[in-house]
Amino acid sequence: MPSLGADMETGTLLEWRVAPGDVVHRGDIVALVDTDKAEIEVEIFCDGVIEALLVEPGRKVPVGTLLARLREPAADPAQPAALLAGSVTPTHPAEPIAAPVRSALPAPAPPPLLAPIPLAPTSAPPTPLASTSPAPTPLAPTSPPPPTRARGRASPLARRVAAELGVDLATLIGSGEGGAISREDVERAAAARAPAPSVAPAPGIAPPIAPGPPGGPDRSAAMRRAIAAAMSRSKREIPHYYLATRVDLTAALRWLGAENARRPVTERLLPAALLLRAVALALRETPELNGHWIDGAFRPSEAVHIGVAIALRQGGLIAPALHDADRKPLPQLMTELRDLVARARAGSLRSSELSDTTITLTNLGELGVEMVFGVIHPPQVAIVGFGRVREEPWAADGVLGVRPVIGLTLAADHRVSDGHRGGRFLTAIDRRLQSPETL
Amino acid sequence: MTRDEARRVIERVLARIAPEADLGGLDPRADLRETLDLDSMDFLNFVVGVHAETGLDVPESDYPKLATFEACIAYLTAGERGPGGARQGV
Repeated sequence: MPSLGADMETGTLLEWRVAPGDVVHRGDIVALVDTDKAEIEVEIFCDGVIEALLVEPGRKVPVGTLLARLREPAADPAQPAALLAGSVTPTHPAEPIAAPVRSALPAPAPPPLLAPIPLAPTSAPPTPLASTSPAPTPLAPTSPPPPTRARGRASPLARRVAAELGVDLATLIGSGEGGAISREDVERAAAARAPAPSVAPAPGIAPPIAPGPPGGPDRSAAMRRAIAAAMSRSKREIPHYYLATRVDLTAALRWLGAENARRPVTERLLPAALLLRAVALALRETPELNGHWIDGAFRPSEAVHIGVAIALRQGGLIAPALHDADRKPLPQLMTELRDLVARARAGSLRSSELSDTTITLTNLGELGVEMVFGVIHPPQVAIVGFGRVREEPWAADGVLGVRPVIGLTLAADHRVSDGHRGGRFLTAIDRRLQSPETL
Repeated sequence: MTRDEARRVIERVLARIAPEADLGGLDPRADLRETLDLDSMDFLNFVVGVHAETGLDVPESDYPKLATFEACIAYLTAGERGPGGARQGV
């Protein structure tokens, strides 16, 4: 069960979109999962053949639970299978534990070996499959795996916390690179386990934690609780600092107006897309605002996946990622933004959109709010806020005029950056918005 | 386009954007965006929806003319009144 956001502890498998024997490719939708927030289409992160589905539709299971097993494609048929996500589930007692041996073995194909990869990472993208790493073999026979199995894929801190909380690391697949387990993963597993102490996976099928009616009447209460958990953690752990400024949007809006006048209605651009693009480009200049804080260290992200906070009509909020926002031209960004908002509201987001966000953008301008000082969504390290555009007296070049002005704010993690860098970031956004034709 | 046709178009499009809204109980003179909690993306989708149903390409500068349900009906039916009304697209 992939973690689809820091506030997710369990997920209900609604349906499988694949069956054993199906050939799948990276990015294919393999399952539909219900979180407390929405129904999410789960994508697979590598190519292969579905070998076994391990969780029945309708089951609610903790994040990290093994959902299915995948065999790597043709190259070497007897070679490794990866699994979708999750815990150690003893399914093939007959198979030997073959794992780290592989590199030591020459030509003859070793017995099938299973290595876990997270279906979707919470933060860093996963190393798809064990081909390069001497990774863990979570395929246990019938007995519980030896403790050493976890070595190397859980941080020391995670191991200590796991010991304190009584979490068996062998039952977890981490959200870190190559499935590395972080403290957050352990805490999430412990929290998920809380309501029902017995989550030890039964052979083949993971047990339900609760009946878990998808889309039930208490969804909004569940969403509230999920937001509460993530935001409390943020305020408990992240030393926020806040910056605010105002940006003159005259040039940006004039350019947008002229652009839209010659675009058919279906291709019109919204200021939101322009702002998104300016933020994405400015992030290249200040990489310390783009990434994740995991296990006491900052991991910058090469990719810019901006989480766009979207208010849901039935209440609550979700912030799916607009992937690679710095590499997409404005019209494409606009198309994808429209699509993202529509799908968020229709409840059909994809797993990768909720698991690899590197920074969040919130825009409360629609509500007439002048400035918003956001709460960082862990493990991200910054949140950018736009307020509403309003006409203000504005002095420039010694002349007082009336200009459309927008409030721009930043809340960032002081463990990673400081006000100086944060200020440069806001300045970079401003500068980009003054040359809209370059966006 | 008659008033009834215009009304049905607007209701159909709005129902897709704000499925939870009680359009029957809507005050025709109330601000649409405020009453139905439409953000700029919703409003763009409204204009796109109207375009899909009627072929009418509402320029951005005319958005203020679509502020209320009543105003939308007036805008959509204006084409019937000849020159000076809304541009009839496509």
